[in-house]
Amino acid sequence: MKMKWLVLTASAAALAASGALADPVKIGVITTLSGPAGYLGEDIRDAMALAIEMEGGKLGGVEVELVVEDDGLKPANGRQIAEKFMNDQGMKLLTGIVFSNVAGATVPDIVDNGAIYVSPNAGPSNLAGAGCHENYFVVSWQNDALHEASGAAAKKIGYKKAVALAPNYQAGKDAIEGFKRMFEGEVTEIYTQLEQTDFAPEMAQIRAAAPEVVFQFHPGGMGIAFLKQYAQAGLQGQFPMVLSEPSTDAVVLNAVGDAADGIVATAHWNRDFDNAANKEFVAAWDAKYARPITYYAAQGYDTARLIGSALAKTGGVDDIDALREALRAADFESVRGDFSFGPNQHPVQDWYVLDIVKGEDGKPAAVTREKLIEGYGDAYADQCKM
Amino acid sequence: MILILEQLLNGLQYGVMLFLLAAGLTLIFGIMGVINLAHGSLYMVGAYAGTWVAAETGSFWLGLPAALGAAALTGFAVEALVVRRLYARDHLDQVLATFALILTFNQVIVLLFGRQPVFTQMPAAFSGSVQLLPGLYYPTYRLLIILVGLLVAVGLWALINRTRVGMLVRAGATNRDMVRALGVDIRLLYTIVFGLGALLAGLAGYMAGPILAVQVGMGEQILLATFVVVVIGGVGSIKGAFVAGLALGVVDTMLRAFLPGLLRQVMPPSDADAVGIGVASMGIYLVMAVVLLVRPRGLFAAGA
Repeated sequence: MKMKWLVLTASAAALAASGALADPVKIGVITTLSGPAGYLGEDIRDAMALAIEMEGGKLGGVEVELVVEDDGLKPANGRQIAEKFMNDQGMKLLTGIVFSNVAGATVPDIVDNGAIYVSPNAGPSNLAGAGCHENYFVVSWQNDALHEASGAAAKKIGYKKAVALAPNYQAGKDAIEGFKRMFEGEVTEIYTQLEQTDFAPEMAQIRAAAPEVVFQFHPGGMGIAFLKQYAQAGLQGQFPMVLSEPSTDAVVLNAVGDAADGIVATAHWNRDFDNAANKEFVAAWDAKYARPITYYAAQGYDTARLIGSALAKTGGVDDIDALREALRAADFESVRGDFSFGPNQHPVQDWYVLDIVKGEDGKPAAVTREKLIEGYGDAYADQCKM
Repeated sequence: MILILEQLLNGLQYGVMLFLLAAGLTLIFGIMGVINLAHGSLYMVGAYAGTWVAAETGSFWLGLPAALGAAALTGFAVEALVVRRLYARDHLDQVLATFALILTFNQVIVLLFGRQPVFTQMPAAFSGSVQLLPGLYYPTYRLLIILVGLLVAVGLWALINRTRVGMLVRAGATNRDMVRALGVDIRLLYTIVFGLGALLAGLAGYMAGPILAVQVGMGEQILLATFVVVVIGGVGSIKGAFVAGLALGVVDTMLRAFLPGLLRQVMPPSDADAVGIGVASMGIYLVMAVVLLVRPRGLFAAGA
């Protein structure tokens, strides 16, 4: 399962010939490539590689090399890889972790070692509040914000009574908490089991509860199964759904087909965003990869570009203090538009409402409806004393 | 009342899925003495092969023979190349080798189809729901699964109890060495049984496609429950797999659907939810523990 993947280094021969060139800056990417969730890490990795390729093997004018290893969604693996990257290979800049449980075990180790970690995805609450750290940056979102946006959207549409479903584990509970925090209406909570694939009992419970809106958080394969069964049970159209980003990524939509029609989604990025950086990114992705572009890819790309903006100022990773300052400035064009870091070095960004409709090719597509919240950070920022 | 009936049907549907997987597993375990962890991989192979053919041809029904064929052929190949060498080995070697098969199959699927879960289509005739009783709507496709599961059960019963191969299978499950001593070509029998088990797993995988997600590692998600069915039903017993499969399907579904609600009558809601969900997810294992206490070899163990 271990995989090592070197990309986009200037060839060894060229280096030897010129001789004078400094070694490329190594960026350690710990990510999840195996198992059902492997597509998340794959998109993050490939988007980072794409950003580097678009700059001709450089980020911010500095030669870089991505060293990628698969954590297999196991916290112990993540930590082991991080130690190898830092101690054996002397890396000072790490990124890539997809899942909060891996991040929780790995990130404290990295930042305590004096290295910098930039998260392209996971943003667990315990590292956003009192546990924040000056060497820890999150480019994606604080986990709760994903679901707070859905709560806000459901409230704005005017729903008062909701059923909220999520797997019975930390991220699931956080999702429902996040939804409730902004929704403020009456919420019936139903917890499912992680790894559950058949949701028929829950469908019957939803029908019995007769809510105005359904919110559910089931990432990856679970969410695909949920949406298909929701449509098959005849609930699609009867009880509208407002969903957060992990339940409506492009891969999920592609796999469920018509079962996604009519979903209202909330997001911090969408393929159709009208800004120059995003257009360039989408065009480059489509030219290189045949598969749909996900928000994981957008986050990986933004992470690489943020790192590039810092490297352009520092020229390398030797001066960690300078690198940290340069990262904090977030001096780059994000594919999602406005972007800056809050006091806990988590994003302050806009959230949008998307409609899932049938696209021109008959497959579901997400179309941006409107901006929902402007410049939103997260609920933990004021607990962070840096 | 309607809700209870609907949940019963849901339990039944989950139960026949478990039965389709457990039938093959229990035969392989009972007759060959092999613990085949890779059974879930055959389920995945069936799902991917069938879904791919269905997508290429646009017909759900053409996907079905492809799923069955691919799973059975993969089963034959696995038996001939790997499992055949494991009959004489102890269970640890079997577990290691078949676990390696899981990793290999998952990686091959990633290489062939990528990491993204694939889209599965429903047969148009079965995409809606029907009204069974006033107020009780049920997805037609799930009814189809129940029907197919029951038909397979009847077919297997006839095969095991009414044919010569079935007689050998029963004999093999009861006393392997005696069958061999009587000069039966046990190797051929093993291959047939393994192929049959693989075929049923492929059928289950393809039928599950439109409901669940066709993705890498889908087999491991259902494998654990399948082993519980085998253990409760009694190793080597198709009847046991059928009874235990349906019973566990219903118990699991009922507990998940009603236990938190019932507990809420007697304790505060937050406690009720926590306890209810906890007990519901333990439910099938509790049943297994009780069955093992009362009948250590399972309900219908062959040769007991």
